[in-house]
Amino acid sequence: MELFNLSLIWAFIIGFGVIMYVLMDGFDLGVGILFPFAPTETDRDTMMNTVAPVWDGNETWLVLGGAGLLAAFPLVYSIILPALYIGVFLMLAGLIFRGVAFEFRFKARTSRYLWNWAFAGGSTIAAFAQGAVVGAYIQGFETTNGAYSGGALDWLTPFTVLTGLGLLAGYALLGSTWLIMKTEGRLQEWAYRITTPLLIAVLVIFAIISVWTPFVDDMVRERWFDHITMIWVLPALTLLCAFQIWRSVRNRFEGMPFVATMGLFITTYLGLIVSRWPYVVPPEYTLWDAASAYESQLFLLLGLLFVIPIVLTYTAWTYWVFRGKVRAGEGYH
Amino acid sequence: MELDPLILSRIQFAFVVSFHAIFPVFSIGLASFIAVLEGLAFKTGNPLWEKLSAFWTKVFAVVFGMGVVSGIVMSFQFGTNWSNFSQASANFLGPMLSYEVITAFFLEAAFLGVLLFGRHKVPAGVHLFAAIMVAVGTFISSFWILSANSWMHTPAGVELRDGVFHVTSWSQAIFNPSFPYRFAHMVVASFLTGGFVVAGVSAWYLLRGREVEANRKALSMCLWMLLFLAPTQAVIGDLHGLNTMEHQPVKVAAMEGNWETSRNVPLLLFAIPDQENQTNRFEIGIPNLASFILTHEWDGEVPGLNEVAVEEQPPVGVVFWSFRVMVGLGLLMIAFALAGLLLRRNGAYYQKRWFLQGLRFMSITPFIAVIAGWFVTEIGRSPWLVYGMMNQAEALTPSLTGGMALFTLIGYVVVYGLVFSAGVYYLLRVLYVGLEDEDEGEHESDRPARPLSAAHVPFEIEHGQGDVSHAKPANEGGH
Repeated sequence: MELFNLSLIWAFIIGFGVIMYVLMDGFDLGVGILFPFAPTETDRDTMMNTVAPVWDGNETWLVLGGAGLLAAFPLVYSIILPALYIGVFLMLAGLIFRGVAFEFRFKARTSRYLWNWAFAGGSTIAAFAQGAVVGAYIQGFETTNGAYSGGALDWLTPFTVLTGLGLLAGYALLGSTWLIMKTEGRLQEWAYRITTPLLIAVLVIFAIISVWTPFVDDMVRERWFDHITMIWVLPALTLLCAFQIWRSVRNRFEGMPFVATMGLFITTYLGLIVSRWPYVVPPEYTLWDAASAYESQLFLLLGLLFVIPIVLTYTAWTYWVFRGKVRAGEGYH
Repeated sequence: MELDPLILSRIQFAFVVSFHAIFPVFSIGLASFIAVLEGLAFKTGNPLWEKLSAFWTKVFAVVFGMGVVSGIVMSFQFGTNWSNFSQASANFLGPMLSYEVITAFFLEAAFLGVLLFGRHKVPAGVHLFAAIMVAVGTFISSFWILSANSWMHTPAGVELRDGVFHVTSWSQAIFNPSFPYRFAHMVVASFLTGGFVVAGVSAWYLLRGREVEANRKALSMCLWMLLFLAPTQAVIGDLHGLNTMEHQPVKVAAMEGNWETSRNVPLLLFAIPDQENQTNRFEIGIPNLASFILTHEWDGEVPGLNEVAVEEQPPVGVVFWSFRVMVGLGLLMIAFALAGLLLRRNGAYYQKRWFLQGLRFMSITPFIAVIAGWFVTEIGRSPWLVYGMMNQAEALTPSLTGGMALFTLIGYVVVYGLVFSAGVYYLLRVLYVGLEDEDEGEHESDRPARPLSAAHVPFEIEHGQGDVSHAKPANEGGH
């Protein structure tokens, strides 16, 4: 007998894990995307130092998301990964180069420019690939008997290129507002300067995506226009967040632009979930279709409920240890 | 020519796993060595222990970083190339992999920072605790992974319903029949790897007369451990072999190159298995020894490859020779461990150049032995993925084409090649600079607070500059 609807709990956990990953790795990927445009090499050092102590903890959420998905919703894992085969490879290659660059760039002298490129290129490719995944998810997947049956590059369409660029711009915005919060002087001034153009880019791309989406998928169109009386709240909140970013940059607030950008991401994310709920492998499978066995979901949940609070505590503690401004020529130690 | 996605995916997975495996086996052993050094430093207060620990922690940081980077790829490969397997086995493997992330990854992440950057910043006891926790984390990690892997060899506690495995007993599935042997074999292999690398590097420093006192201590410790563990590994290997004969007799038949089930089977030292004709060419063997080793009776019956159809046999040649490479290197390790004991009187092993030179070359052997052993057990399972229940062809992603598999195979080879070259090159630089690297304060500012950063050695070889001023030109280096 099933006492709880475990699949629903798991959908919440995975959904939470995904947004944790997007927000946390989002800003450090964003710093990588902005890397080549930084005013000076010293500023690049500082930029890297702002994220160095926390980036690999952030990426652990991706691994947890992958493993959790396999445990709780194996069908999602076994359809979406083959469907995005080439994209997943590009993302992993990007993350590898970027991860190694973190460690070797500070040791390199004459070859430093190579590690700069590895860091910026890896971050950009990984961010773009993740954005394309979002687009592919809205598009839906071709399946036969619970397995992906489309082609290798079905995921790559003009629509997914646009969502890829959208997330790229979004992460860059998270990165620039993070830098506003974590740096000062010339670098902070630069971050202030680029935030508004980035915000405009994000809004323009989001607007095109919003207009385009109903044409990509009928189900989304019906969902949107049948429930318009309730769904308008989310785009309204998104715009409110955007206004808040613009206003707080104008007023030279330091923390608020980052907080408001996170708000922008959360409302957009909720909008995405609302558009597709409860389909996890659209257009065919709901989260209940994709669920693993009840005993398996329960077995892992018991451990997770015990460990996740400890993990969150540790994560918060790390951010507390490395709080405050990062200055040029000064690491955390 | 038609590209076969099955073969290409197998090559890809073998490549990624083999490549990845060498880092954890080293870091597991090294983590425990560091914990012991920290314990000695804490107890005795002798600065030599601290110096050794600080140096080997740098090496650990690089190796651990490489292991993490190469490991991320593997969890995604289940989904990309083996999606039918993922879907079928998710009820068991999903929780196993997730438990690894939440119990081991986060523990290691939490305490690695303290181990790398906390010396003299946190109380000595806390630093020692961090070193122990990192070591414990590596064991927890290998516990889950080897349980999952062993289950694929000796599946238990599950039943197959509509093509999906359902767990009927978690304890039977986790502690499946081959798990204790595989886990013990792997843990000891990790200690042997750590031991021989530390011994080899220490021997190299002694040959060059660098930091003699500290390196003698390290070498002596390693040789005591190896003296105990190298023969132990042979015993565990033997027990593991008996377990394999019970559950995967065909694998043992391939290891022995034994084509027909029979008594009085010789131990083949050399043979060229000919799978097409189901026989061996040029056999050289010791009469009855295989029967004795496997059944502990001189005329015991040994299973042969003829127990199963030809299509269900693993590639015999690879398994046969990988097994001989592993065992041969194992015997060589025992020989060096015993030589260390014989030379111990009057500390002769600090001076005998042949012995120190030999140890230098021995430092590479555990890696080869581990990969060979991995080949034996994994290729020996072929064509099964979950032994007797699901074969490799059934496990493959249905939509995968040969072209896609080839594209990513080349991609991973290129990416890993670049990253691996950079990592190994850097590791050799760290070893080259050695224990004398004390002036760390100089570059405090530009180090990010993460794993590899603990090793504070510049990437390029430079002369007369900064913290490598005492390093000798590269062409004198033995590595």
